[in-house]
Amino acid sequence: MTNEIKHHPDEATLMSYAAGTLAEPLAAVVAAHVSMCSHCRADVADMELLGATLLLSKPSAGGALRPPARPMEVSISRSRRDVTEASRLPHPIASAYGLSFDAIPWKRLGPGVWHHKLPLTAATSGDLRLLRIGPGRAMPDHGHGGSELTLVLEGAYSDVTGTYRRGDIQDIDEGVDHRPIVDGSGECVCIIASEHPARFKSLLGRLVQPFTGM
Amino acid sequence: MLLPTSESRPVSWATRKPFREAMSDLLSRIATDRSEDAFRMLFNEIGPRVRNFMLQQGADPALAEELAQETLLTVWRKAALYSSEKGSPTTWIYTIARNLRTDHIRRQRSWHELTDEHAAAIPSDDAPADDVISDRQRQIRVQAVLKDLPPEQLEVVTLAFMEGLPHGEIAARLSLPLGTVKSRIRLAYQKLRTALEDLR
Repeated sequence: MTNEIKHHPDEATLMSYAAGTLAEPLAAVVAAHVSMCSHCRADVADMELLGATLLLSKPSAGGALRPPARPMEVSISRSRRDVTEASRLPHPIASAYGLSFDAIPWKRLGPGVWHHKLPLTAATSGDLRLLRIGPGRAMPDHGHGGSELTLVLEGAYSDVTGTYRRGDIQDIDEGVDHRPIVDGSGECVCIIASEHPARFKSLLGRLVQPFTGM
Repeated sequence: MLLPTSESRPVSWATRKPFREAMSDLLSRIATDRSEDAFRMLFNEIGPRVRNFMLQQGADPALAEELAQETLLTVWRKAALYSSEKGSPTTWIYTIARNLRTDHIRRQRSWHELTDEHAAAIPSDDAPADDVISDRQRQIRVQAVLKDLPPEQLEVVTLAFMEGLPHGEIAARLSLPLGTVKSRIRLAYQKLRTALEDLR
């Protein structure tokens, strides 16, 4: 499965993810991709080793760390997970939101377009949502600046840069103009993150305005 | 009850090479033998560095102390889980510290899954576990890469990983276009990947 993934995040995006500095919605989508992609897991592991090496190479200052005030618990509880599930919803998303793919509470935006907004931490800006789009339909238009990440969970879409299937991520930098169209063979389910909420909302708004009066 | 002795003096990481190389061994002793001695050494040697990391990431001194303690406690609590899983023990400390910092300093959800979590969730096809020797070799390679990195690349990497600045903020701090920051970051990573390729 993982070998089929052809589109990965930009290396700078992965570096920011490994440093823990990526905006929360973008980090969610990268985490989802990384959970599906052994190639990027290995890349992130190398990047984390870089972080570890930097952390450890700084000379220590300020004396010894105080012993913790409370005694250490020695109990070890392994969290149990349904490994057999091999969910179509990537593990980070499924566990963070307690969702399963078949139980996503889709809201209809218009003909052949559904979405489900995923809440973010209060202090965070940006937008994270699942999108489900009917066969042959146009995806919401991107390419208006700011960082956006789109991860395909089911089905496929294509644009001038190629075809994106399950596990593929499109890392859209500013100024990229493209017109993604969902393949005719079936629906496409994606998770889309944007660091700019207003932009993504207006974009969705434009898409659905004629149908819902948003 | 296990409490590290606070009076033992921390020794300088830089001047104690044998200790640096022993770090992976310490972690594996904590993991497999629940060695309190090994944990004490780790606490005294690594604790101040983790606190320094938290300070650089913007924590006030009290929070930095607390988060450093919590990082080390997490190592102790989860070490047994860790031992059966894959990945580099050195990296593991960093990822725990980074995730705590995301939760408590940035006040965001940390989307990174710790090794034990995603190993449990992912059925199969990862590369075989790194052993302790390979972990050490990898650290040595990374140190060599950092040493040879052009200053402008080291600068952006350090700002990202140690000060926790997003690329946009690095660009603003250095008065550089965002694209320049990203390309320096990519160049630094490509050197790292080249250096580690055959150890994967």
